[in-house]
Amino acid sequence: MRLELRGITKRFGSLTANDDISITVEPGQIHSLLGENGAGKSTLMNVLFGLLHPDEGEIVIDGVVTKFANSGEAVRRGIGMVHQHFMLVPVFSVTENVVLGFEPTKSMNRIDYKKATEDIRRVSKEFNLEVDPDAIVENLSVGIQQRVEILKALSHDAELLILDEPTAVLTPQEIDALMAIMRSLAASGKSILFITHKLKEVRAIADVITVIRLGKVVGTAEPTASESELASMMVGREVELAVQKDAYAPGETVFEIRDLVVRDERGLAVVDGVSLDVHAGEILALAGVQGNGQTELVEAIAGMRKVESGTITMNGRDITNESPRKILDAGLGHIPEDRQRDGLVMTMSVADNLVLNTPRRAPFASHGTRNLGAVMKHAEQLVKDFDIRTRSVKDPVSSLSGGNQQKVIVARELSRNIDFLVASQPTRGLDVGSIEYVHRQIVIHRNRGNGSLVVSSELDEVYALGDRIAVMYAGKISGIVDPSTSREDIGLMMAGTTAGALRD
Amino acid sequence: MWMSLTSQNPVIVTILALILGFVVGAFIIIFTTASILDAFRGFFSSWSAPGHAFKITFDNVGAAYRDMFTGSVIDPAGFWHSLTTGKGWDNTLTPISETLTYATPLVIVSTAVGISFQTGLFNIGGNGQAVLGGIAGAVVGSMIKLPMVIHLPVTLIAGILGGALAGALPGILKAYTGAHEVIVTIMENYVIYAFLLYVVLSTPYQQPGQSNDIGRSIHSSAQLPPIFGDSSGLRVSYGIFIAAGVVVFAWWFLERSSLGFDFRVTGASPTAAKASGISPRAVVVLVFLISGGLAGLAGIVQVASTTHYVDGTFLIGDAGIGFTAITVALLGRNKPVGILWASLLFGALGVGGRAMQAATGIPFDLATVIQSVVVLFVATPVLVKEIFRLRAGKTQALQLGTQGWG
Repeated sequence: MRLELRGITKRFGSLTANDDISITVEPGQIHSLLGENGAGKSTLMNVLFGLLHPDEGEIVIDGVVTKFANSGEAVRRGIGMVHQHFMLVPVFSVTENVVLGFEPTKSMNRIDYKKATEDIRRVSKEFNLEVDPDAIVENLSVGIQQRVEILKALSHDAELLILDEPTAVLTPQEIDALMAIMRSLAASGKSILFITHKLKEVRAIADVITVIRLGKVVGTAEPTASESELASMMVGREVELAVQKDAYAPGETVFEIRDLVVRDERGLAVVDGVSLDVHAGEILALAGVQGNGQTELVEAIAGMRKVESGTITMNGRDITNESPRKILDAGLGHIPEDRQRDGLVMTMSVADNLVLNTPRRAPFASHGTRNLGAVMKHAEQLVKDFDIRTRSVKDPVSSLSGGNQQKVIVARELSRNIDFLVASQPTRGLDVGSIEYVHRQIVIHRNRGNGSLVVSSELDEVYALGDRIAVMYAGKISGIVDPSTSREDIGLMMAGTTAGALRD
Repeated sequence: MWMSLTSQNPVIVTILALILGFVVGAFIIIFTTASILDAFRGFFSSWSAPGHAFKITFDNVGAAYRDMFTGSVIDPAGFWHSLTTGKGWDNTLTPISETLTYATPLVIVSTAVGISFQTGLFNIGGNGQAVLGGIAGAVVGSMIKLPMVIHLPVTLIAGILGGALAGALPGILKAYTGAHEVIVTIMENYVIYAFLLYVVLSTPYQQPGQSNDIGRSIHSSAQLPPIFGDSSGLRVSYGIFIAAGVVVFAWWFLERSSLGFDFRVTGASPTAAKASGISPRAVVVLVFLISGGLAGLAGIVQVASTTHYVDGTFLIGDAGIGFTAITVALLGRNKPVGILWASLLFGALGVGGRAMQAATGIPFDLATVIQSVVVLFVATPVLVKEIFRLRAGKTQALQLGTQGWG
């Protein structure tokens, strides 16, 4: 399919989300759409997929001007979309999910499972998408679930596939597998629109790169362009991709975890005998695919989840199973994984969120009465120091962009005299500019001689920050290695191979 | 000016909802008044008939709302008479005095409920807590004798403690066993009603010489006297200063106090509250102690200023003040000042509705309908926006501030 978007413009009130965007995707081409969060990528895809209607411009498919009233029409015209968040029914089988909404039927309106299963086998064979049609989706790994999504699109005879940030949830190995699938799809003549903000992947796979910023196409690039060229196109200024760190000079041990066991709601030991040490002036990066116990580990450190056995020691003080307030007061800074759930009160003001975990500390309150003047002054100062973009410190934090919301948390935690920082997925969903900023702040904290534990499922981040790298798999530490270790080896460790086994 | 109106402005939405309430009320009057319907039945019978039909409509609806206003706020003619002659002030001020008397305990118990809503907890037990506060205060006020400077405060404190006790139970059950506060508070209401009957029918507190469900009257040293003296006939008492004090306290508590900040954080995001070191257990128990204590204060203020004793139907008539309070808190968006206005509105509609019924025969229930419609529209700003075609803004549904029934 040859897809052409001509001068697409979409406005929401006074905001122009897409401004005269024109791109062309040739048959068999992998066309990458690169842009920061909020650049207008999702809006454009929703326009293309019939979920939104453009104010100006037209969609041209194989030379024919087309209008989609809804996404069903887009699907019938051969456009398939794999969303960032999968739209699968977890308790259904692969077959049931793939045919959902388009079930082949026998007489009496019964679903023809046999035909459906055969169709799936045929399609998965054709494109090297190995999936067991009878498997239940919730038992599949994230990478395989994504294949089911792709299969679903292909089984509706998609000629153009839109992949929206498809690698965000995958291990390095799964990313490689996905890229192989994308290549074979392109080779068979399917067109692919690949949406991402990850520069490495774009360079690895795209035939053509279109960069959009603030709703406008700022240019196209060849995959041979360097990462920093792409980044500066995307952000609109020079970006430092590598954070400047002072020489690594670890001090004494400031944070220690011994044989920690933590159970989840189902009673499973999701953290299963973890031991870690972090030294002063060091960032220990904890890599691992989402869902291998990192979340629970961090919650246990912050006092939000009960520790079954083992100890957590900070600055020589046992903080195991202490209350969150005591742990915070003892000097732990915590950047939670889910910032909107645990880190911020979205309906409250920026100023209130900046004192969220120190509301009673002088000068913010005395004798049980809050000193709003001091809270505001503090907020104005931090907004300036940490470059938080907000119209007013009185605005609700929900009115800020994701990057600025995260800056509020970073500012709050790093400004309150902490000894040790635990940051969980500190840049998830942030744009390049904000990532750079958050990384720099964490490194400044380290350069001052403090210890940090940074949990991340992004290998780029792990390498950018870690002085040492620990890898977590299935609740256990599969190894603690030097940052000179190769991506491949860390990828294998993320899939369960231990560091010892790698050396053999 | 109209252009600047958006559906985001809660005050505007509330005012428009009020207008809609009266419009709906007008239609109900039209459809239930025989003379209006008769006039419309003959709409095409003669050239003058349509005009006549509309005139009858306006006369009836106008009279109803006029009586509602003069019965709850002030009668302009009487006001002018009093102003020019200096006579009859007692009569002139009676409507507004009645409205304030009705609103006084309502403000207090609605504030109690509003604080719990802002914390994300549904205190449906305001009625039971007010009743228990009334009982506790009435016992102290009637069965011991002290000089007024001590007796009145002690009586009020007894009321607060009674309500706090009733609040503590669901609070502690929720905090330590996870029992849902809605269920516990609803059921607790019934337990307290039963306890009320027991108390007013058993020897220590029952009015001596009575076999009915009536308790002892509190001594005058424990009463909140009428502001203008007994002889004026105006019932409005010093209780209104207590209600005003509660509004000021609640405003300070929610907007300025550290504990109130914890409460609001917990209400807006229990997860962020936990992560930032607020103990969910402590907050739950404290909310119910404070909310229950205030509800108890409302109960004893009602006793000390208006009824002077509790009987078997204390605070239970008209669906129960604690339930009206839920609606009032909703209308006032759980904010103390909003609750103050909403209570006055409900007081005026309640008192005015009775005056309307007496004067025109239109049932009092019309006032209830108007109250309900207003709350309905306030809770659905989208509807108001559509009806008045307000400039599109990010419509924010009324925040209940609770986490539902989970």
